[in-house]
Amino acid sequence: MSDTTRPLDQSRPVDQQDERLVHHSGVRGAVRDLGQRMRGGDLGSLPVVLGLVVIWAVFQILNPNFLSSTNLVNLTMQSAAVGTIAIGIVLVLLLGEIDLSVGSVSGLSSAILAVGFVQLGFPLPLVLFASLLAGVLAGLVFGFLRTQFGVPSFVITLGGLLGILGLQLFVLGKTKSINIPFDSVIVQFGQQWFLPAWSSYTLVALAVVVFAWNQLVQARRREAAGLSASPASVIMLRSAGLLVLLGAATWYLNLSRGVGAPFALFLVLVVITHFFLTRTRWGRSVFAVGGNVEAARRAGIRVNRVYISVFVLCSLFAALGGLMAAARAASANSSSGGGDTNLNAIAAAVIGGTSLFGGRGSAFSAVLGVVVIMSINSGLALLFLESYVQYIVTGAVLLLAVVIDSLSRRTRAAAGRG
Amino acid sequence: MTNTTTREQLLSLRGITKRFGAVRALSGVDLDVYAGEVVAIVGDNGAGKSTLVKILAGVHPQDAGTISFGGVPTAIPTPTDSRDLGIATVYQDLSLCDNLDVVSNLWLGRELRKGGALDEVEMEMRSWTLLRELSARIPSVRIPVASLSGGQRQTVAIARSLIGEPNVVILDEPTAALGVAQTAEVLNLIERLRERGLGVILISHNIADVQAVADRIVVLRLGRNNGDFRVADVTSEMIIAAITGASDNSRSA
Repeated sequence: MSDTTRPLDQSRPVDQQDERLVHHSGVRGAVRDLGQRMRGGDLGSLPVVLGLVVIWAVFQILNPNFLSSTNLVNLTMQSAAVGTIAIGIVLVLLLGEIDLSVGSVSGLSSAILAVGFVQLGFPLPLVLFASLLAGVLAGLVFGFLRTQFGVPSFVITLGGLLGILGLQLFVLGKTKSINIPFDSVIVQFGQQWFLPAWSSYTLVALAVVVFAWNQLVQARRREAAGLSASPASVIMLRSAGLLVLLGAATWYLNLSRGVGAPFALFLVLVVITHFFLTRTRWGRSVFAVGGNVEAARRAGIRVNRVYISVFVLCSLFAALGGLMAAARAASANSSSGGGDTNLNAIAAAVIGGTSLFGGRGSAFSAVLGVVVIMSINSGLALLFLESYVQYIVTGAVLLLAVVIDSLSRRTRAAAGRG
Repeated sequence: MTNTTTREQLLSLRGITKRFGAVRALSGVDLDVYAGEVVAIVGDNGAGKSTLVKILAGVHPQDAGTISFGGVPTAIPTPTDSRDLGIATVYQDLSLCDNLDVVSNLWLGRELRKGGALDEVEMEMRSWTLLRELSARIPSVRIPVASLSGGQRQTVAIARSLIGEPNVVILDEPTAALGVAQTAEVLNLIERLRERGLGVILISHNIADVQAVADRIVVLRLGRNNGDFRVADVTSEMIIAAITGASDNSRSA
C-alpha cells in the first residue's frame, strides 16, 4: 500500500499538485504554454492564419485593389453561402465521415425556392420551409443508410450527389433558369441588406463582453473549486485582442458597404455550432464518436442517433447554403450547387483545420477556410486569370492543408498529444 | 482475509450455459460475488472467461441458467441493463477516446450539466477527488488521454467505471500490457476498489497478480467450473493444475 492520502499542498491548486507538472503563470506563462503546444504539433489555426497572410500579401502586391474595403466586402458576401455549407462539413468530418452530396442538396434547395416562390407563387416562408425540409430528409436517408447498413458515407453521399442532382433537374423541369425578382425579401437579404454601422459595432461589443464575462465567471468558479484558473489579466488581454481584431475588421468593412446580412448570419451560425460542439453532451458525443466509436458505444452514447443527427444537420446547412446562394445570385438553375461548390465547402473545412481523420476540429475552421478559398477565387479573378488557374491553385491549397493535417497528426502522436 | 459468508451477496450465477453454434462456450457455470471481495476468474484460452464477462456485461444473453443480483433473479439482455444494475465493465482494450482529455473520458456518457451546458468545473473537481481517493497519479486531467502511459490509461479506464457508482466492477485483463511498476499501480487500485466495498471480478492470466490481490479464485476449464479456492488455502501449483486439467475439481460431470 503506497501513499493513500497524500496531503494536499495548500499553495497549489488541486489540479497542479503533481510534481511532474511544469508550471507557468501569468501572461508570460500563457505565451510559453502556447509555444509548447505548437511545438507538440497542436497547431490549431496557426497554419491557416499564416497561409491567409501570405495569400493576402501576394494578391495585394499583384493587384493593389485586392485588400480594398470594397473587395473584402464582396469576399464576405461570396463566403456566406459556401461557409454555411462548410459548417455542416465540419460536423461530418468530426465524426470521421464525409458528405459529398452537399453541393447537390444546396442546388435542390435553390431549385425548390425558385420554382415554389416564382413559378408557383407560394408564400416565401412556406417555400423556405420546404427547401430546408428537403435537406433534412436527405440527411435522414444518409443517416439511415449509414447506421442501418453500415455503408461507408463516401459511397452513400456519392450516390446522393447524383440522385439529388437528378431531383434538382426534375424540380426545375423544362425551365433551364429561373430568376427571382430583385424586390423580393429573399434577394434583398442576399444582396442588399447590410448591418447599419452602429449595429455592427454593437454586435462586436456584445460578442467581446459575452466572451470576457464567460471566461471571468469560469475562472471565478474554478478558483472557488480550488482549481487553477486564468488570471484576470490574461482574460482581459485576450478580450482586448478579440475586441481589436473584430472592431478593426468591422471598421474596415464599414468603409465600404459594411457587414452583409448573409455573412452575419453565417457567423452567428458558426458561433451557435461552436457552442453546441463544445458545451453540450451532444457535442461531446460527436467528438467521442469521431475519436473512438466503440468507446463511445460502450460509454452508453447512442451512436446511431449521433450519426443521424450529424448527417441531418449537414444536409440542413447545405440546404440553407443553397438558399443563400440563390438569394445572392437572384436565380436558380440546373447548375446551382454544381461545379466547385462541393469541393469548396469540403476544402474550406479541411483548410480551416478540421481533421479528415475525425475527432478534431472546430466550427471556426469553416470561417477561416472559406475566407482562404474565397480569397484565392477573388484574387485570381482580379488578375483576370482563367478559371483553370483557380482550380489548380485551390486544389494545391487543399492538398497542402491535408498534408499539414497528416504531419501535425504524426507530430502530435510523437509528442503525446493524441 | 475476507469472510464471505457474513458479507452481502451481490451477484449469483447458477448453471450459466452459452452456445455459439456447435461450440458450447459455457456449460453450467456457477459464480458468486460478494461485496468487498475480489474474485479472480482464471483459465486457459477458450476456458470461457470472456464469454462469462460478456454475459454479465449484457453483450450476449445466456442460453440457460439464472442470474440474480442482490438476491433478485434478473436478466441482462443489453449493456444498458448491465449498467443500470450497477455492473461496470472495464474492457481489455480500454475503450478510451484518445482525442478527449481525462475529464471528458471519465464522464463520457454521464456528463454533468448546469443549465443545459456541460459543467466542466464540477466534473474536473470531482475527477480530482475520485483520482485522489484512488491514489491515482495522473499529472493533469486536461491533457488528451493519448499522452498517458499504459498504467495511467488503465487507471483512467477503471476510475471511469466508478463514476456511475457501481456495485460490481469487472476488470478484463487489466494488467495484460503493463510493466512492473504500472502493474503494481493497477493492483493497488484494485485493493482500493475492494476497500470501497465493491465486488470486483478480475479476469487474468497472471497467477502472481491474482494471488497478490484476489480473495477467491474461480477456475474455469473448457467452459466448466474447475475449482473455487480461497487464496489463503491455495498454492500456485494447485491453481495451475486446475487450469490445465491435471486436477479435476468439477462437482459433477
